Parts: sequence; C-alpha cells; structure tokens
Amino acid sequence: MSWEAVIGIETHVELSTRSKMFCGCVVDFGAAPNTNVCPVCLGLPGALPVPNRKAIEGIIAIGLALNCEITERSVFHRKNYFYADLPKNYQISQYDVPVCHDGHLDVEVDGQTRRVGIERAHMEEDTGKSTHVGDGGRIDAASATLLDFNRSGVPLVEVVSRPDIRSAAEARVYAQELRAIVAELGVSDARLEEGSIRFDANVSIRPEGSEELGTKVEIKNMNSFRSLERAIEFEIARQIAAVEAGEELVQETRHWDEEAGETLSMRTKEGSSDYRYFADPDLVPLVVPADWVEEIRSTLPELPEQRRKRYAGLGLDPKSAEILSASSPVIRGLFDDALDAGAPAPAAFNWLTGEVTAWMRRTESEPSNLTGVRVAALIELVDTGVVSATAAKEVLEGVLAGEGEPRAVAEARDLVQVSDRGELAGAVEEVLAANSDAVERYRGGEEKVIGFLVGQVMRQTGGKADPKLVNELIRESLAGNG
Amino acid sequence: MSIPNTIAGAARALRDGSVTAVDLLESVLERAHLTEAQLHAYLNIDRDGARAAAEAADADLAAGNDRGPLHGIPIALKDNMCTRGLETTAASQILAGYVPPYDATVVTSLREAGAVIVGKTNLDEFAMGSSTENSAYGPSFNPWDITRVPGGSSGGSAAAVAAGSAFGALGSDTGGSIRQPASLTGTVGVKPTYGTVSRYGLIAFASSLDQIGPITRTVEDAALLLQAIWGHDPKDATSYPGPYPDPAASLGAGVDGLRIGVVTELAGEGYEPAVESAVADMVAKLQEEGATVVEVSLPSFEIALSAYYLIAPAEASSNLARFDGVRYGLRVDGETTEEMMARTRGQGFGPEVIRRVLLGTYALSAGYYDAFYGQAQRVRAAIRADVARVFGEVDVLVSPTSPTVAFSAGARVDDPLAMYLSDICTIPSNLSGDPAMSVPIGLDEQGLPIGFQVMAPSLGEETMFRVAAEVERLAGFDARPEIPVVAG
Repeated sequence: MSWEAVIGIETHVELSTRSKMFCGCVVDFGAAPNTNVCPVCLGLPGALPVPNRKAIEGIIAIGLALNCEITERSVFHRKNYFYADLPKNYQISQYDVPVCHDGHLDVEVDGQTRRVGIERAHMEEDTGKSTHVGDGGRIDAASATLLDFNRSGVPLVEVVSRPDIRSAAEARVYAQELRAIVAELGVSDARLEEGSIRFDANVSIRPEGSEELGTKVEIKNMNSFRSLERAIEFEIARQIAAVEAGEELVQETRHWDEEAGETLSMRTKEGSSDYRYFADPDLVPLVVPADWVEEIRSTLPELPEQRRKRYAGLGLDPKSAEILSASSPVIRGLFDDALDAGAPAPAAFNWLTGEVTAWMRRTESEPSNLTGVRVAALIELVDTGVVSATAAKEVLEGVLAGEGEPRAVAEARDLVQVSDRGELAGAVEEVLAANSDAVERYRGGEEKVIGFLVGQVMRQTGGKADPKLVNELIRESLAGNG
Repeated sequence: MSIPNTIAGAARALRDGSVTAVDLLESVLERAHLTEAQLHAYLNIDRDGARAAAEAADADLAAGNDRGPLHGIPIALKDNMCTRGLETTAASQILAGYVPPYDATVVTSLREAGAVIVGKTNLDEFAMGSSTENSAYGPSFNPWDITRVPGGSSGGSAAAVAAGSAFGALGSDTGGSIRQPASLTGTVGVKPTYGTVSRYGLIAFASSLDQIGPITRTVEDAALLLQAIWGHDPKDATSYPGPYPDPAASLGAGVDGLRIGVVTELAGEGYEPAVESAVADMVAKLQEEGATVVEVSLPSFEIALSAYYLIAPAEASSNLARFDGVRYGLRVDGETTEEMMARTRGQGFGPEVIRRVLLGTYALSAGYYDAFYGQAQRVRAAIRADVARVFGEVDVLVSPTSPTVAFSAGARVDDPLAMYLSDICTIPSNLSGDPAMSVPIGLDEQGLPIGFQVMAPSLGEETMFRVAAEVERLAGFDARPEIPVVAG
C-alpha cells in the first residue's frame, strides 16, 4: 500500500516588544535571572494583566502577512494547568475567538506552488524557564529546579497551519517561509537556535487517496530547519513501518533526539489534560477596529513572496529571485537602486549576490561606499568594453574601498581597456609580422590559432586591450591581406 | 475633647482645630483595645504605621496641605487588599506571613487622600462566606450581640466600623460581602458599579463579580470614602474610564418624583417577619415623601443564586491556582513538585475554599462546561436583560439586604446551603454589575439591626445615594451597640 503523510505545523513566535504582554517589565533574555519581574508576571496575589498594544500590532501584522481575517472582537481565555514555571498556574491565551483566522501561505516546492491553510494565529503569554539541576538535568532525577521568570509573560504568537502539508520538504519550506515573513515584519528576532521561533509538527499517515485523518503524533524539540525535516521524515517512516507491522499508533507527543536521529515518546498521558478554558474575567474583549488594521496593513514591508514575484517580473529566473529575496536588506536595496539607475537585472544580481556579498563576508563590513548608481556604472563599464570583466572586479574592490566612482577607479588603477582602433592597429600589425608561422597556419584553416594571436596582442598591450576588438582587428587584417 | 462619630464630623473637627488626627487614631485604638477580645474585627492593627501616618497627617494639615475629607481619618482595610510592607493573608493559612511588595490601587488612593490606615480586618478566607467564620485565624463577632456573627465576608470591617474601632473601612463585595455584613451590624455598606473601583491589589475571589466599596456609619461618609477610592486605573483592564457620577451631589434632595420598585421575588419564605415589616414601613414612608412605589417582578432573580454558585467558584478555582507553595506563602514539602503543590494546597486552604475550588473546577471541566458554567453565563445575561428592562421603568429597586438579622455563631457553619441563602438579595447586583447599598433602618425586637437595600442601574450612584440618604433620614437610626467590655 502506498501512504500519504498529513502534516500540520504549530509555530510559536516570540515577539520582540520592549515590554511584556501584560505588564511593563522589560523583555531581555540576557538579564540575570528574575531581574525583569513584577507582581503581574510573578503572579503575586492581587496583580492584574493589561494587554500590550505593541504586541497586538505584532500579531495583526503577522495575520495580515499570512492573509488572515482579523477578528474585530477577540477574547483572551485562561488555559488552566499546574506547572512550577507558570506563575498563575494558568496561561492567558486565546481559545475559540483568536485575533487572526483563516489565512494561507503559498510555498514553492520543486517549482510547484503549494497553498498551506492557516487555521489561526492567536496571542498568548510565555511561561518562565525551569532548569533542573543535579543528575543530568532530567526532571525525574533532579535534586532541585531553578526558576527564572524573566521570560514569564513575554508575548507569544501561535500560528497553527491546517494539515495541508504532505512531505517533510514541504514542511521545511513552510517553516522557512514563515520565519522569513516574521523576520521581514521585524516583529520577532525569529532565531531558531535561541527559541524565539519554535516549530512543532503534527504528523499522521493515511492510505493514498483516503480522506480520513490518521492518528496524530506531535513532535517537538526541532532546533533547525534541517532537524524539522529530518524529524518529520523519521516520523513518517516510523509510522508507516509500525502500521505495516500491524501495530496500532497512539496519539502522543514525541521528542526529536537530534543526535540519535529519532523521535522518542515523552510518555505523557495524552488526552487526559483538560485545560478548563474560560474567558479571562480580568480582561475585556480585545477590540481591533478596521481602521487600526488598515493602518497596520499600510506599514507592512514587502514580503518574501511578493518580492520573489517582483524580481521574476524584472527578468530574474526563479532560483535567482529566491536567492536575492533571501539576501540581506543591504543587497536588496542596492539591487533595487541599481535597477533604478538603469542596470540590467541579471548583471546586477550577479555582482551583488556574487562579488559584493563575498566581499561583505570576507571583510565583515557593510558596503557603505557602494551605491546603486555605482553598481549600474560598473556594469556599464563592462558592457561597453571600457574595462574587462576581470578588471571590473578590481574596480569594484576600489569602489568598496572608498576610491570613488567606478570610472575614476578604473582610470586611477590603470584598468581602462584600449579600445581605440588606431592605437591597437599598430600592435596587431607588429604581432602578425612577428608570428608568420601562426599566420600561415590560420590561413591554412587552423581557426583556433587566432586565440594565440589575440593573447600576443594582449601581452603586447599589457592586458589593457579590449580582446573582442583585437580579435576583430586580426580577422580584418588577415582577410584583407588574403 | 469630644471625638466625632462620623468621617464628615471628624473632618470638620480636624479643620476647626478641636481634634487632631492623632486624637482620632488614639480614640480608635482605645476602642479596639476595649473591644477586640470580644469582636476580633482585626487580624492585624498597624499601631506604629498608623501613628506615623496620623502624625504626618497633622503636620501636613498644619502646613496648609489639605488633602480633602479623608485627611487624617482612621480607616480599616479588609485583609484581602495588598498593603506594601504589611502582612496580607486573605484570612488564609496559605498566605500566613505573606508581606506584599506593593500597595493595592485603593490603598495608594487612601494614602494620597491622607487617610490613616489602622490595620487589616478579618474576613472569611478569600472572601468566601457570609459570616466571617471561615477565617483561618478565628471568627469575628457582632458588636450588637457577641454570640452572633457580623455577617461576611467583610465581617471584620463591618464590626470595626460598628464598634467604633475605625471611622470607615473598605470591604469587597462578590455576592453581598459588603452589604450583608453592613446590614447585620447596623452600618452603611456600598457595592459600587463594577469597574469603578480598581481591583488591582485586591486578592481575587471571582474577578467578574468582585468590587471594593466602603463601609461607614452614615450615607454621607460612604459617599466621601467612595469618592476617595474610585476612578479609572490603567492597571485594571476592567476599570471604567469615566465620566464618574457624583454620589454626594443629591444627598438631601429627597425622593419626591422618584420611581421606586419593590422587588416581588425578594420577599416571602425565608424572610424574617421583622425584616419584612421594617422594609415595608420604610417603603411606605418613602411613598409619603413623594416617591412613586411600584411592585416589579424580576423572575431571573430566582435563579441568580444558582448561577452565582457556578460562576464565582469557577473563577475562584482558577484565581486561587497561583497559591501553590512555589513562590510565596505556605509550602508543605513533597517528593515531587506536584506532591508539594497538592500538599500545600490541601493544608493551606480551609474547607469552604476547597469546596468552592472543587465545585468550580468541576463546573469548568470538559463535558460539563456547557451544562454548568455556560448555562450560568446565560442566566447572568438574562439577569442583566431583566434588570435593564426594569430600570427603564423605575429609578431604583429596593429590598431587604439580608433575609434575616444576624444569626448565631455556628448556626450555619455545617449547612453551606443555608449560609449561601444569606446572600439571596445581594447577589443579583453582582451578576448585573450594577451598584447597590445597604442602609440601617432599625432594630428588631432582639435589638439586632435591619438593613434596607437600594439598587440602581450602572453608574446610577447619584440617585442611589440620594434615596439612601432619605432612607437614613426617615429611619433616624442612631443607635450604637453596647459591647460588654472585658477588663483589659
């Protein structure tokens, strides 16, 4: 039997607001434990939550970027469960009326566009952090648990996809695209390794063609896109093997073990947790008027998908459009400016994602002396034969080093090609006279000898001759004498 | 030197120089010294802090810095309001020794108004009860008869005001916890419109119902105290932004031309005849004064109590989850974190709190939510609609505050349902969010106070106080309890 995987992704995005979701405490992960805390985020008796407007703007931006409907009156609920790092022993979250619902995200996999539905995006608060000390950090063997409430109350957006994803590769692309969007919006640091964006996957399998959903397994603890893909691949294979061996799958949460390369059951009692959700009576419904939504919409930056489409429209092939779209804002800004200054898109793309990016990496500095106009000018120097492609790289170095306009750099560094027919004609005649053997062979039909002759002229001119023009002059000269 | 009985009188005396804030405080501390052994109104009297505040108030006033009518007045706080540096327990073992690092907004407001905070008064644990017998630190007793309860849950505040060991006090009212003890102790008690007094720093019982309010000896004093504590608070998301009514604007304006509704459902079986006849007499007097009296029926009031005992425990089950031994208060160790939490809560909470947490947890559970909590919310909506309809026809509603006068200590402790019925007249206003207050109108044949309840639509405090002031004038109630004094 052939199997189909059904995958949904839950994404937690920590918003990089200055203060926490329901109090004025500073969000700062580097701070000493329990220094950014107050009665509200410590859950002291009598303390009350007040929502952070910036966080609401953040989730609306995410919702809009994911083509969601924005709820005019959404509701904060309490999710009740006891845990030492959850100070109130309930988490303020959203339940049946989230801020954002019914959106989608288009992702490109193997040249195909796949639409992944977004069920919802809701606002909630983060918990504190537990560190189990003694005996390897495992909770059951720990001698003590240290609690740090600096993270308690940090605004979190949870984005829940529909189970529209069919492969581990698709899941990876979805996650990458979502991360790129959140980073572009500037609402989160969106760093996987630091946990400011976290992906959990719900994976099930079913016979190809079936419409029913199989038993769902949630997998957690993937700290990179690669581990997300590997974990899902492993899980799909595990489930297929289990079912084919006649085993019954259980609904559970499994932990991805990066080193072992497998998912492990967390042995928690699934389905037994009852969070007793109810509307938080300390908060009133969150009202988001349409004009607020429009105000936020008008400030949204260009998103990766829009950008790719725009680049493709400018004449970049899809792969290049994707590379450029994922490039740094500096490179993208220079690209747009260079095009404004008349540069052709493919050449601007090559220079910026090639030489300029390599230079930035090598020197670990920003190309502050480069402008779009200079990029366009450099390209023009090459296209009009003023400098050779090789010499142009040197010109770029000079421009990046602050030596001025490309033309001035080319001249100062003596890199301008000799393109004057009269000036080159003498050198060509000298070379032809000194290499009669080669001239004979050429005349005898040995076409490729011309390369040798061009090389000799280049040598004669110290490399500054325009090789195209030299080639032309040699042909003309030999044809004329014949 | 004669010490005035009321806040308004004391405020005048302070300004004409006949008394000082220190005099007022010492009179209150002396009263407490003579009566606390019998009443146990206070859990904690902050003598040093209060004396320092009284001296500062005198110096301030002498310097010409008059902070208004509460300046220099000794006020008591129910011990579920957080006071920076002063132990706050909500009368629970689980918070024994807990000292908050911050002041509740009402406490800040009182301090800014120059009030002198005398101490923290007794209550039913976490404000759950109607007799102040559920305190982990022992019950309070009624100044009118020390074998009887003072009502609850703000029984300590009411007893202190009735006994003269505070000029006024703050209580909190979730289902009648200000009004019912006011009724049982012959004091004035006000539950303001929901959202007008900040809940920031009030240890929550049921957030959608809790409201802080004053307990005083007169209607005017209640208006003065209310004005000092209410107003928009950005720290409370449910706080009303304004504009606010002026509760003192129409005191003395009488009731001529007002339409008063007598609630049919708040009478009959379970109501003591003395209470019913006192209330009827007062209604007749109001009519003589020119009010139009009509009988109104609010059928939803019949099921208010049932809805309340699902909503309040449901919210409480979640609000009280934070008391787990992890960060503050009592901790009873266990082998695992879960065991530590369970033991802490099992030992730290009293039986009534445990009963309500269990009830509330059950009401919110999957599979029961709709039948219990969901249904209770629908009843609440029906009560709101019912009340809104009736307030289209009348200006205020009146009823007894409590079906009975103060009952004997111990009489209802083993019968939770009988205890719950103490709040049958007061609960509807909590569910609707509307203001209501209790005014003493006389004593029964045993010499026990009877309270008269005035209910108004949301933000209708001006009219409510206007009617209450007229009730007070017509009742001419000025009796004071005689508390047997135990030689100290």
